[in-house]
Amino acid sequence: MTLPYALEMRGIRKQFGSLVANDDVDFAAKTGEVHALLGENGAGKSTLMCMLSGVYRPTAGDILIRGRKVSIRSPKDALALGVGMVFQQFRLVPTLTAAENIILGEKSSVWRGASWMRRKTEEITAVAERFGLGITVDRPVWQMSVGEQQRVEIVKVLYRGADIILLDEPTSVLTPGEADRLFETLLKLRAAGKTVILTTHKLREVMAFADRISVMRKGRMLKTLNRLETNERELAQLMVGRNATGAVRPEAGTPGKPLLEVEGLTVEAGRGRTAVRGVSFTVREGEIVGIAGVAGNGQSELAEALAGLQAWSAGTIRVCGREWKRASVRTAIESGVSLVPENRMKSGLAGSLGIVDNLLMKTYREPERSRFGLLRGRRNREWARSLVERFDIRATGLDTPVRQLSGGNQQKLLLAREVDRDPKLMIAVHPTQGLDIGATESVHRLLLGLRASGRGVLLISEDLDEVMQLSDRILVMSGGSIVGEMSRENADRERIGLYMAGLRAVPGEAAS
Amino acid sequence: MEMIIQIAAAAMSAGTPLLFAVLGGLLIERSGIIQLGAEGVMLMGAVAAALCCIRTGSPAAALAAALAVGATLGLLHAFLTVSLRVNQIVSGLALTLFGSGLSAFLGRSIAGQPMPGAVPKLDLPFLEPVPAAGDLFAHLDALTWLSFALVIGMHLYLYRTSWGLHLRALGDSPQTADVMGIPVAAFRYGCVIAGTMLIALGGADLLLVYAPAWIEDMTAGRGWIAVALIIFARWNPLRALLAAYFFGALDALGFRIQLIGSDIPSYFLKMIPYVVTILMLMYLGWRNRGKPSGAPESLGVPYIREQRL
Amino acid sequence: MNGKASAAGTEVGRAGGARRRTAVPRLAIEFDPVSDRVPWWMPIAAVLAALAVCAAFIAANGLDPLAVYRKMLTGAFGTRFGLTETLVKTIPLLLCGVGVAIAYRISFWNIGAEGQFLAGAMAATAVTIYWPDLPAAASLPLMTLAGIAAGGVWGLMTAVPRAYFRVSELISSLMLNYVAMLLLDYFVFGPWRDPGGLNFPGSPMFTASQSLPAFGGTRLHFGLVFAIAAVLLYAFLFRCTRWGYELRLIGSNPEAARNAGIRLNRHLLLVMLASGGLAGLAGMAEVSGVAHRLMYGISPGYGYTAIIVAWIARLHPLGLVVSAFLFGGLIVGGYSVQTIGLPSSTSEMLQGAVLFFVIAGAALGRVRIRRAG
Repeated sequence: MTLPYALEMRGIRKQFGSLVANDDVDFAAKTGEVHALLGENGAGKSTLMCMLSGVYRPTAGDILIRGRKVSIRSPKDALALGVGMVFQQFRLVPTLTAAENIILGEKSSVWRGASWMRRKTEEITAVAERFGLGITVDRPVWQMSVGEQQRVEIVKVLYRGADIILLDEPTSVLTPGEADRLFETLLKLRAAGKTVILTTHKLREVMAFADRISVMRKGRMLKTLNRLETNERELAQLMVGRNATGAVRPEAGTPGKPLLEVEGLTVEAGRGRTAVRGVSFTVREGEIVGIAGVAGNGQSELAEALAGLQAWSAGTIRVCGREWKRASVRTAIESGVSLVPENRMKSGLAGSLGIVDNLLMKTYREPERSRFGLLRGRRNREWARSLVERFDIRATGLDTPVRQLSGGNQQKLLLAREVDRDPKLMIAVHPTQGLDIGATESVHRLLLGLRASGRGVLLISEDLDEVMQLSDRILVMSGGSIVGEMSRENADRERIGLYMAGLRAVPGEAAS
Repeated sequence: MEMIIQIAAAAMSAGTPLLFAVLGGLLIERSGIIQLGAEGVMLMGAVAAALCCIRTGSPAAALAAALAVGATLGLLHAFLTVSLRVNQIVSGLALTLFGSGLSAFLGRSIAGQPMPGAVPKLDLPFLEPVPAAGDLFAHLDALTWLSFALVIGMHLYLYRTSWGLHLRALGDSPQTADVMGIPVAAFRYGCVIAGTMLIALGGADLLLVYAPAWIEDMTAGRGWIAVALIIFARWNPLRALLAAYFFGALDALGFRIQLIGSDIPSYFLKMIPYVVTILMLMYLGWRNRGKPSGAPESLGVPYIREQRL
Repeated sequence: MNGKASAAGTEVGRAGGARRRTAVPRLAIEFDPVSDRVPWWMPIAAVLAALAVCAAFIAANGLDPLAVYRKMLTGAFGTRFGLTETLVKTIPLLLCGVGVAIAYRISFWNIGAEGQFLAGAMAATAVTIYWPDLPAAASLPLMTLAGIAAGGVWGLMTAVPRAYFRVSELISSLMLNYVAMLLLDYFVFGPWRDPGGLNFPGSPMFTASQSLPAFGGTRLHFGLVFAIAAVLLYAFLFRCTRWGYELRLIGSNPEAARNAGIRLNRHLLLVMLASGGLAGLAGMAEVSGVAHRLMYGISPGYGYTAIIVAWIARLHPLGLVVSAFLFGGLIVGGYSVQTIGLPSSTSEMLQGAVLFFVIAGAALGRVRIRRAG
């Protein structure tokens, strides 16, 4: 008889400097179950998984595998113990083929002739077929869809003999259809006696297929529940810490004049790929338009084009009735378009510079901030200090390099900069990614505040709940096109899910 | 015909030192580390070989000395870039500046002295009757044959062995390699040391086979040209051979034109390799715009395991 | 199977709450992830370490390293003549150092200051050759402009391939150094050779109206004013001006700079124009203020030493002045040990070693040893 627990963690604590990511966590998964680890972004789920897979080492606590206390120092150790992890950001080498990725790290046989490769390819195909994971073994990974890459990752873990399989946010990159396919695979794995542990923040998924559910919040483990004995409501309460009511959203007045009119916009993204295909929509004063969709379906390129960062090959962009001739960030800034970029440290802030310099980024050309080619140093510091107070940015000083601030404070700094410019149109791309609940709510309040004062907001987000909660109208993007549009009133998850999977809207359904 | 064979032979002899340096450099860059110290390393390899050859009279000992110097400098670069994670560009520049200064200092006493021994030639008399091949391959020196073996060996290593697969993965995605149990730091140390030894061997080849004696700054930018050639070679050993010989031919061509007695001043002929390097890089950049260059994707980025994103 | 297990598993979450394991304390060597502050004594320690390593090589050459160092020190700073010579060498180092520092501020690896220096020197000489009889009021400004323009154009020749063809500036700027060197050789051995110079590879001597004025009978010349002005401008540029702010932004995060509406390529060209222009000015000052002619080997590698000067100063204006002066002294010291049989490359070797230890020291300065689990 097998041991009851395939894997146990006792009193786990993990600290990064002063930040406590996991505090006194106990967790156990049974052999042959699908166990979901549920929690908000930043609840510490991924950290916990990383400790199981040997990427991080716990600051304190024990890990037991099949009842034996183990020390996992590296991913290699984890695999030797039969623990394999599928990371959220896939650990695949894009230039290698699927087969090469799968046999990577294998020690046997230094020499690899053609017959050896053929034999390995057959073995890999056999494993893939057994669990219904269709992959093309000899194609380079960079040519594969995200779903197929994930299947390669799973085959890799299985091929290397793992019987405890960890998946970190496996559905965050998948369309609903691909996600369903993944769930089928997971059930097949369970049937074969493997233990599957996955992290997610999506309640519906958890209720659909997990056997047991452990809920985490703010680095602590709250409770482990049996799926049959709980419901979505209870889980949501545990996860968020109170009834998830959502931010107060005053009903819309009638939207005003059109601020942004996009017609037939097409954007080429290099390497011959068309990222945005003939997109048309309008954002009016006093409304929030949400764009839902799985990441990588043209949203980033659309946002870049609207911020003047990316040239477009066809179509028109009109802001406040004036048509843009060509992509120009200056034109965008001067016509009152503001961008909260996808990755704030990558493209929004200058990490090694201080708060003043970062606040100046969009406005330093104005006579208020600089004169005769010289910055108005003292005045700018005063202004920066007032913004720091108004937006409650916590920092040790105005000259602290902003990469030393916490994620929430960085985002507040960025929003302070963009909101203080009093933009006519705000484009917010994943504005709450990686923020805790408090920070998320204050971002939502800011966006709703802009709407209330008659500004327009284009909200691009992967988080369907966020889009549905804030938007007056919802557009769904898939494959670079807008495949569905609906008003707030007749939006529902199932329809959006179908659109996200690439099904076209039924004509006549488009709302005002 | 005779002219072509002569140029081909000259291209081979001028290209072989470059070939060693390009092979070494691409081995290092495949592991994700930039080695801009090639110029200094070649000079140090050459001066070490020269000193040792004059002291002992044995070319084999000279080569061993060059390899030892290469290993030491490689260890230094690996320590700075892999362990201390200093800026790889700066570390390479330091290596070049230090290497050219130190080599001039050490080689001062033997500047211009002819080498007492020569690298032995491998005579293949049965090749002599074959047209072209006979002229080119019948009396090559051992180092040139070694360079052929290295090209083939490195190709097989990269594409036919598990270690080569590890190396290719390492340069493109050290995170993945680490997860797959490949020791990132140890592998990088190994590649940087072995590659730097090859670059030093290139310097020794330049001294022992191509040029008759040590003179200060004798590489004249060949180390830097080798760095550029890695880009032409797209990090592939077989293409490295073509790239190195192409530049060897340019070198030889300038010399030939002078011999014919053209009235172009020799200074302008000597500029050809440098100017062509820039023009070729511009052409490649124009042709490959919007496409991947084939460079290892983690090139120049130090790897830190416990990195929070 | 599921039902039976669930009873045991439901409360696992809280069951072990009281247990807290402490791991065995271990020392871990880590890098400070955010701060790049270096202790003040680190540069001094680095110079001492470099001296120690080079002492070994000098001793291996059969000389007493201490005596050599003493000789270098007195040669460079110990006498009035030595000190003026050091200052004379400081001028080109400081001008080139400020030049490369501007480029390094936006992470553009200009290692072509040597070529830009030579281009400036050649252009200034061209003015004297083609308009030999201009009065000082016309010829000196013209030579200055020609030097700056030629250096700037030489700098642009690396910026344009980088901006529009993605050519690594490291390679192109270095290749252009060799091109400039060969061009110089062509001129001084060929068309510009002084007919009355007994085959000496150099242009005819400049007239008084083509030479920068010197201070009080010494060899110290007006170029010092250029150099000091350049440092002050550099400091002012990055502290107070809009352009300096834009460059700081580009240097910190080019992507964010692009989002702020800054056109990277245009700034890259401007920066290289300035960077090359300063090196070109240094070249002009050297021919017009020191050598009074263009000649073979006019630069003992100022452009390369300037890279070390800029890096050791960590691009700080005051640091640039100090390190340019020290390296000027090192070059002069290198000359003075030639009298006891050491080559002038002694100083080159020392320069390289100092750079090594400074970069290693900067990295070591970020290492923190702390207790870890």
